[in-house]
Amino acid sequence: MAKLKIEDLKKIKDRVQMEDLFRSGAKRVRVTVHMGTCGIASGAKEILDTIMDEIDENKVNDVVVATSGCIGICSREPLATVEVQDEDPIVYEYLTANKTRQIFRRHIMNKEVQTEFVMAKGKEQDDRG
Amino acid sequence: MKVYRSHILVCGGTACRASGSEDIQKALVQEIARRQLEDEVMVVETGCNGFCAAGPILVIYPDGTFYQKVTKADITEIVEEHIVKGRPVERLMYVEPSTEEPIPHMNDIPFFGKQMPIVLKNRGLIDAEKIDEYIARDGYMGVAKALTEMTRDDIIEEMKKSGLRGRGGGGFPAGLKWSFAKAAKGDQKYILCNADEGDPGAFMDRSVLEGDPHSVLEGMIIAGYAIGADHGVIYCRAEYPLAIRRLGIAIDQAKEYGLLGEDILGSGYSLDIEVYQGAGAFVCGEETALMNSIEGNRGMPRPRPPFPANKGLWGKPSVLNNVETYANVAQIIMKGGDWYASIGTERSKGTKVFALTGTVNNVGLIEVPMGTSIGDIIFDIGGGIPDGKKFKAAQLGGPSGGCIPVEGLNTLTDYEEITKMGAIMGSGGLIVMDEDTCMVDTARFFMEFCQDESCGKCTPGREGTKRMLEILQRICWGKGRDGDIELLEEMAGIIKDSALCGLGQTAPNPVLSTIRYFRDEYEAHIYEKRCPAKGLSKLSKAKHKKIHAKKQADV
Repeated sequence: MAKLKIEDLKKIKDRVQMEDLFRSGAKRVRVTVHMGTCGIASGAKEILDTIMDEIDENKVNDVVVATSGCIGICSREPLATVEVQDEDPIVYEYLTANKTRQIFRRHIMNKEVQTEFVMAKGKEQDDRG
Repeated sequence: MKVYRSHILVCGGTACRASGSEDIQKALVQEIARRQLEDEVMVVETGCNGFCAAGPILVIYPDGTFYQKVTKADITEIVEEHIVKGRPVERLMYVEPSTEEPIPHMNDIPFFGKQMPIVLKNRGLIDAEKIDEYIARDGYMGVAKALTEMTRDDIIEEMKKSGLRGRGGGGFPAGLKWSFAKAAKGDQKYILCNADEGDPGAFMDRSVLEGDPHSVLEGMIIAGYAIGADHGVIYCRAEYPLAIRRLGIAIDQAKEYGLLGEDILGSGYSLDIEVYQGAGAFVCGEETALMNSIEGNRGMPRPRPPFPANKGLWGKPSVLNNVETYANVAQIIMKGGDWYASIGTERSKGTKVFALTGTVNNVGLIEVPMGTSIGDIIFDIGGGIPDGKKFKAAQLGGPSGGCIPVEGLNTLTDYEEITKMGAIMGSGGLIVMDEDTCMVDTARFFMEFCQDESCGKCTPGREGTKRMLEILQRICWGKGRDGDIELLEEMAGIIKDSALCGLGQTAPNPVLSTIRYFRDEYEAHIYEKRCPAKGLSKLSKAKHKKIHAKKQADV
């Protein structure tokens, strides 16, 4: 690809931020599995695989799966963040494959937050910038 | 159609099957047959009903009783009580978790609420392998500003104003270091990044490289431009494969976008960055040893001066900063040195990342404004000590550092304040120790580490650490002698004065610091042959090995 100019940086920024709002409306849910070394060591790969299997099994096409790094609280890994469009992001902690399937069926597909597995809602920097 | 008085639904979804629903179904069918209830009760396998974590699940109709985490052993009871006698088995019933319970916001949790993420601002939010996501959160805007709107002197001035000090441990002002390298004469200069994080219990740099590698590249580009370097090297330990992989991806993507390579953003400035893998020697985190290692020589320090700003890598002027230092740079350029200097204490500006570990509830990576007390970090952010144990000490600065006891909990995270307590800020490893920790053994552990990692070049580093370790070992093994404490103190002073590099000079610190605060424990070991923390009497080598075997395995 061609080399960027400064204006291009701004264009990328605008484009990605729009996409971030559930990839321009095409997606309803974004699931982020936190995959730093801490997450991977405590089983994040299995969580990611479980989500992919569920997407496959339930023939869902409005869920986007992303990976990201450590959010800092390594002792509660594996962690994943579920963002349903127009709702607060929900961070789930101490995940297992079974908890992940339950979250998929009830939260991602039915919008029922699985309070018992939740660590917190929102984003760390909502009110800090 | 046949009418049954009861239906038992067995969940046959993937999750329930994985947790044994097939066996349960078989056992259920057998038990019903044994009681000749086949004509009254029908067993049905259903698809996943969604409560996977509670599986295997049974639902009994007509009443719709929901049983969770059922095992084969429960089947007889369920059939006997529920089907035959009509009494639900309460201990297995699923209780709907109260949905009224409010979910806290991330920032209502003290772990997150008391932090101030600058270096970690993108943590958990972006995909480290997608440069666009970094750009979407203002990534490379610092480079854009620096390369097009600022002169090299402007950048250094801004860095000096920010008060940012090297985060690798030394705490040398970054702006000043850059100004020396800029002033140095030479047709070739290098910009280097130290990612050879080696302190036991420290994982700040790894996490930054894994989660946000572009922030480090961006800092290096700005620094490289400021000093006039056209080549950069990130020295990363090979034990960080994920960090190395993500750095490689980040460098490739930045090159593709023209953010690295020739004529960056059309500014005329060119810089290449490569990753050099360290083979695992702790001493290679020392700047001159690191440069020797990149040159293909044995990783051993060389005397300073000349300092790297004048004669660094390949004898050329070089700047070496740590991962966390670089990760601050772009934001200082974007928001200004004054903004950064407004955070923190008088002499320690900005934030510091700590790897919080040991016997503390919330093990993890935190970033706090300078001036946050050690007590706030351990008890508010860290959530205190597990199992109701008492706090004993916090070890800061790894093998070059020292410990801070209960009476030092009000110490602020400030380079000078921590040094006053006999520890050092170091790179940010913060190991919390509870009342069961033996401080003599802690000193022995760190001395063993230093002795093991000594490169062997200078006598104090090679022999001094060896002899100190021998004394500490015999104290731990119940063979301590009168005068050992004084001998340790004397040797510590000599090593501090005479070792060639920073690692040797600081190696006695953990010993001095534990003697300073826990001399009574040393005395108990030497004169009474007992270990108060572990509750051991009649110490011996075998006893010591046995009691510490688990801890060693953990480290």
